[in-house]
Amino acid sequence: MTVRIVDRRQDSRNKSSINRSRFIRRFKGQIRKAVADAIAKRGIRDLENGEKIGIPGKDINEPHFRHGRGGMRETVHPGNDRFAQGDQMERPSGGAGGQGKGQASNEGEGLDDFVFTLTRDEFLDIFFEELALPNLIKRQLARIDEYKRVRAGYTQSGVPTNINLVRTMRSAAGRRLAIGGPYRRRLRELQNELESLLDEANPDPDEITRLRHEIAVLRAKQEAVPFIDPFDLRYSNRVRIPQPSTQAVMFCLMDVSGSMDEATKQMAKRFFMLLYLFLNRNYEHIEVVFIRHHTVAEEVDEDTFFHSRETGGTIVSSALKLMVEIIQARYSSSLWNIYGAQASDGDNWDADSPACRELLSESILPVVQYFAYVEITEAVPQNLWREYEKLLATHAGVFAQQRIVAASDIYPVFRELFRKKLA
Amino acid sequence: MSRKRPPKIAEGSDWTFEELDRADAEIGRVARAYGLDCYRHQLEIITAEQMMDAYAAIGMPVYYHHWSFGKHFLETENRYKRGQMGLAYEIVINSDPCIAYLMEENTMAMQALVIAHAAYGHNSFFKGNHLFKQWTSADAIIDYLVFARNYIADCEERHGVDVVEQLIDACHAVSSLGVDRYKRSPPLSLQKEKERQREREAYLQSQVNELWRTLPKHEAAAQSGEEARFPAEPEENLLYFVEKHAPLLEPWQREIIRIVRKIGQYFYPQRQTQVMNEGWATYWHHTLLNTLYDEGRLTDGFMFEFLQSHTNVVMQPPYNSNWYSGINPYALGFAMWQDLRRICEAPDDEDRAWFPEIAGSDWRETFDFAMRNFKDESFIAQFLSPRLMRQFRFFAVLDDDARAKLEVSAIHDDPGYRALRLKLSEQYNLGSHDPDIQVWNVDLRGDRSLTLRHFMHRRRDLAADYERVLEHLAYLWGFAVRLEQQDEKGEVTLLAERMHDRRRATEGSA
Repeated sequence: MTVRIVDRRQDSRNKSSINRSRFIRRFKGQIRKAVADAIAKRGIRDLENGEKIGIPGKDINEPHFRHGRGGMRETVHPGNDRFAQGDQMERPSGGAGGQGKGQASNEGEGLDDFVFTLTRDEFLDIFFEELALPNLIKRQLARIDEYKRVRAGYTQSGVPTNINLVRTMRSAAGRRLAIGGPYRRRLRELQNELESLLDEANPDPDEITRLRHEIAVLRAKQEAVPFIDPFDLRYSNRVRIPQPSTQAVMFCLMDVSGSMDEATKQMAKRFFMLLYLFLNRNYEHIEVVFIRHHTVAEEVDEDTFFHSRETGGTIVSSALKLMVEIIQARYSSSLWNIYGAQASDGDNWDADSPACRELLSESILPVVQYFAYVEITEAVPQNLWREYEKLLATHAGVFAQQRIVAASDIYPVFRELFRKKLA
Repeated sequence: MSRKRPPKIAEGSDWTFEELDRADAEIGRVARAYGLDCYRHQLEIITAEQMMDAYAAIGMPVYYHHWSFGKHFLETENRYKRGQMGLAYEIVINSDPCIAYLMEENTMAMQALVIAHAAYGHNSFFKGNHLFKQWTSADAIIDYLVFARNYIADCEERHGVDVVEQLIDACHAVSSLGVDRYKRSPPLSLQKEKERQREREAYLQSQVNELWRTLPKHEAAAQSGEEARFPAEPEENLLYFVEKHAPLLEPWQREIIRIVRKIGQYFYPQRQTQVMNEGWATYWHHTLLNTLYDEGRLTDGFMFEFLQSHTNVVMQPPYNSNWYSGINPYALGFAMWQDLRRICEAPDDEDRAWFPEIAGSDWRETFDFAMRNFKDESFIAQFLSPRLMRQFRFFAVLDDDARAKLEVSAIHDDPGYRALRLKLSEQYNLGSHDPDIQVWNVDLRGDRSLTLRHFMHRRRDLAADYERVLEHLAYLWGFAVRLEQQDEKGEVTLLAERMHDRRRATEGSA
């Protein structure tokens, strides 16, 4: 009798995936909050990883009828090393060792956070959901493409390195057979004729000369059939699946004057993240430049960008000027795809706004792929917004602006951008 | 040596299918020689990930979907990935044929250990123990689980995931009050289940309607004397009561309650026989593998690896150790079965005084008798010897919240043995482990409210979750639900009352 052994290793691996997604669905609120916290902590380029999420234990605990701590209970423990019957002792105050620990575990007290790891996809899913991205775009952003060249049969044109010898020789042989066929038949006939003439007792010399001449002509013709002809050439065909091979630079411009509070900055961060995610799908190499400004602008690292606070007035053009300078110094527009993203709460020194428009339309918009401006405020639009509005007409498709209250307002800024790339 | 040595089995660390087959055959041969009576079994090779999947579904190969299993899975995965726990190297399913999972990562020695432990140890226990025989239908459980999963998936499609989820949440919350402790439920079968399910729907609904008839028949009679309670006798199977009598449930909701109840019932014997069952399986893997070693079929290397795992499993840290988390059922069970054999084969005077019927008896017969007819509670009460109590250095601690200090109420000495044994046995009595809560009354003529009563035992109260459980129960019942508590003097206090707001609930789901 031999036992039945079933190899289940190839069976569906993710039997629990439904349960897992049910779980995530149920605790969406808490998870979303945890994701928001995570985004606050992450760098904007750090979107390829999952995230460890903690959910408060009391939310996740499943209730049952259980005994509480009151009343009398008796518990048997092993390892007596000092007690005799009737010994009295203090109640242990929880913690290491000691009796009563067995009960403490089922009292439901001291619940820790339930910690688990969201996968990259689940993380992005929740991130996208907040941004209210259309599905098509979600898919496009979340996709991980393997770009490679794929064989696709043979063609009759191509570069010499791609010549397929076997196919080429095969078609050459076919062509030689096809073209040389009639000559060969005629040649055989003539040769037979010549031989039978030579076998005769008294051959006609003129006739022999004529036949010999004709045979020579045919031979020459036969030899003139080329061994190989451009017509025979076959090239291996490879189709290139579009490959992101270019580089891009992304400028993040943000107002850090006193009026920008933490919540506004977090909103701006999502705006930058979304742009980064988009660029990441379309370009192989991306650099990010962070420019912050109040009355003067400076280039800073990401951490300073999001986390330090300044006070004072606001001169937006200072940042735009710095951007122009950096582009000229480091990112020539023939080598780089340049994207700009500006976030602010709309405050600007009145006389500065026309200068901003000028700078954008003259120096920046001509060299960038896309420039997006978000104004994170609920207040009435101020002069900067109105000046920028004028650009919409002249630079449609390159410039977009949007007023934002919730994260779901961010996507429309990029609508144009995403549509262009999808088409 | 003139005789040819028998070929070794399970040599080397990597396993192959042929090796597994050979090892199983040899272990099976020895098991039969010892007279172990098993179901047919089947070994299934799975990956660590699949093992975690199986964990999440309480080891069952098929299970309905619910977020709590997802939570369980994430928990396991997290702890496993951080190295806080190894996966148990075996899961065995009480079905016929018995299914034992072998994890792909295990070495050959571990696979042999698992085969002996699960496929012969647990398997024979499932087949022999009266609780399993009486309460579970090993041949039908897989079919029933398939039926359950499909039925619930179907309900989700028809009524929406949220509604079904809320219902299952509620069922899980009261599932500890969902088992029949004294009556045996009829055997399960997929075929019959499907056939009967529709009949049951119609019938149940008509019964319920009968109960809630608008015209009370004997109003005059009811007013005289004390009003009769419904149910006449308190009912302890709350889920069963809800399934049969909750006024507003749809037939499919009743069916889902029934599914949760049935599956809970299926697992009930496992909860009652943990020490016996694990001890039995551990005892047999130890015995079977040692026998094979004595026959010269196993290498020394194999034995080293096996004994290392074995000793890890049966380790019992003392109460003051950092690793102490209660009594290890493997340790206690294994020690008890070993001790039982010793009492049979080499009894001393103490054993003869304590166990006159079995001291010196045939150990296989005694084993068989003990395995078949006991559960943890009675097994300990019957067979725990003074020698073992000394060996484990057991002592009992009384924690009375009315007194400032804890008191050691019994230790492993002559005056303490009987008391200690009784207390340990009581510790494994599920009846006193779970609070005693029963369906006390339904206000048939009034507001249709359901009243539960908690009968206090030794003044033990309820943990604070009961309010949330009541909310779940109110959802099932559809009307107000009350929880009363009766102390040992017979005084009754109202603990909590929950009203299910149907209007809000329907708005919420709309």
